Amino acid sequence: MTLNRRNLLKIGGAAAALPLLGSKAFAQTEPLKVGFVLVGTINDNGWNYAHNQGRLYLEEQLGDAVETVYVENVPEGPDCERVLRELAQQGCKLIFATSFGFGDSVIKVAEQFPDITFEHATGYMRADNVGTYNARFHEGRAVCGTIAGHMSQTGKAGYIGSFPIPEVVMGINSFVLAARKINPDFTITPVYISTWNDPAKEADAARAMIDQGIDIIAQHTDGPAALQVAEERGIVGGFGQGADMSAFAPQAQLTSIIDNWGPHYVKTAQAVLDGTWESKDSWPGLAEGEVQIGPYGPKVPEAVIAAAEAVKNGQIDGSFNIFTGPINDHTGAEKVAAGVTLTDAELLSMDWYVEGVIPPA
Amino acid sequence: MTLELTIAIIITVVGASTPILIAALGELVVEKSGVLNLGVEGMMLVGAITGFVVVFTTGNHYLAILLAAGAGLATSMIFAFLTLSLSANQTATGLALTIFGTGFSALAGQGYSARPVTLLGPLFPSELATHPIWRVLFGYSALVYFSLAMVFAVWWFLKKSRAGLILRAVGENDHSAHSIGYSVVAVRYGAVAFGGAMAGIAGACFPLLLTPQWAERMTAGRGWIAVALVVFASWKPFRLLAGAYLFGLVMTMELYAKAGGGPLSAIPAELWAAMPYLATVIVLVLISIRRDASSNAPACLGRPFLPSN
Repeated sequence: MTLNRRNLLKIGGAAAALPLLGSKAFAQTEPLKVGFVLVGTINDNGWNYAHNQGRLYLEEQLGDAVETVYVENVPEGPDCERVLRELAQQGCKLIFATSFGFGDSVIKVAEQFPDITFEHATGYMRADNVGTYNARFHEGRAVCGTIAGHMSQTGKAGYIGSFPIPEVVMGINSFVLAARKINPDFTITPVYISTWNDPAKEADAARAMIDQGIDIIAQHTDGPAALQVAEERGIVGGFGQGADMSAFAPQAQLTSIIDNWGPHYVKTAQAVLDGTWESKDSWPGLAEGEVQIGPYGPKVPEAVIAAAEAVKNGQIDGSFNIFTGPINDHTGAEKVAAGVTLTDAELLSMDWYVEGVIPPA
Repeated sequence: MTLELTIAIIITVVGASTPILIAALGELVVEKSGVLNLGVEGMMLVGAITGFVVVFTTGNHYLAILLAAGAGLATSMIFAFLTLSLSANQTATGLALTIFGTGFSALAGQGYSARPVTLLGPLFPSELATHPIWRVLFGYSALVYFSLAMVFAVWWFLKKSRAGLILRAVGENDHSAHSIGYSVVAVRYGAVAFGGAMAGIAGACFPLLLTPQWAERMTAGRGWIAVALVVFASWKPFRLLAGAYLFGLVMTMELYAKAGGGPLSAIPAELWAAMPYLATVIVLVLISIRRDASSNAPACLGRPFLPSN
């Protein structure tokens, strides 16, 4: 068959009809269509990778009952509205928007599609058909901080942050509070690099820290660049963020914080299928398995692993909370009285550093 | 500041400046021939993923640099064909090339994001670089020495060689060059190819010199800095060298200041981030006061060559 215009039209027509056949055949068991909106790519080995792993887990657990689609590299802003609307028109009945900056768009589009359920990660705005969800990453930071307090020889850690938003500040504070329970002189220097993904800048930030006496590095950016520098320079080490990064730094990765969104996605999709979903804020952590601690590195001694496990298990059974007073701010003034624990609302608006943080200008 | 720290800073600055310098040298030659290729960022990304994949599969860093240059060159040929053979708009085509390179490198890099490689080691034996001061001179990988040698090579080519004179003639007055028998399009093809190869090598610096991994968009806008630097340096190779190291110094000092908590850390992060661009504005103002900037820009820059009119 030659590929002239008429034949091309025939092929096109046949191809266009194919999905119709499919939809007729399976019309009885129409699956719940679930959409995911991602700010980066699923290959970033961090934040977006973890959300995609959650999506795959959802498909694996619920099988034919769900069908998922995802859109990568969606900028935070008006373009997100367009993507959300497209997903809604494609028949998605449940949509996860997985970056903080999607919030306004989700609320706007949700008003126009009242029969579709939306969930916004790390957000704070809810509506009848919009829920929010997050994970208590700072619980993992407390475990890392405990290890850092034990293992640092200089007592100085560096922390590469993206932007000084509460989520990041919370992690820094949790880390240093835990480290100072072991070493009261422990300090941490946050360096904000104003981007989530610029590996060369992350690596240079790590070099700048190590050259000035820092022997532990933590980061709240998406990639393994800082860990690789730690490995190359042979300092005490650092921590994987979002996923196990031991492939990049077999010696230097002391442990990692792993995001595990799968259980939340399964629970939410099941609730929508059952008709029991309601708008709420969900903020689980180590106890629910949504935040996990990866394997410990070969350099971490048994005694330190035991201390880290104790902090982890204390947070799982509720006997330990890193944000229970007394807590001083970075000037030394008491901020949280003894025995008082910060509420979730106070954590989500955290804009002050605890004692031991050398605050950036 | 101790000697050790000063040397450590110099080494980091050299690393940060090298890819910008290499890419900008390529673009300088391209612009001298009268072509404006805004696709540097895209060609760098193609070079970065090529360099990464080659080093990951073969472990040979020098082969990786060579093939990254080839990949950058091949990418630049798309631009050359559209703008030189078909006389498409150079600005639009260059922007399209950046978008293409970003997308293509992301596609080719699927599955490589969780794979580590090793950096290219120092060129000279480590015995030469034991003392900190010798480290400043002999402690770098071949890419750094290559970038410095290319500054001289480009300067010599443009100023001293006959071929360089022809290239400049094509950039300054394409119709005159054409009328005395030079092939404007062929010269420009050559210049664009050189720019593409240099951008490819600049991209390979990211996985081979700075951070041994592949990450999408890992050049993070440095291709655009390279384009800006060419104007900043008013199309002169040695000013380009100074400019690239000034940009590298500012980008690096920001991080050292923040991490060290010294007096420099009192400068807000936003001001640090704006500093390279502030420097660009100041330099452009200074140059235009001296009134030699306009005379130095290639007169045919960005204009398609159509011999019939």
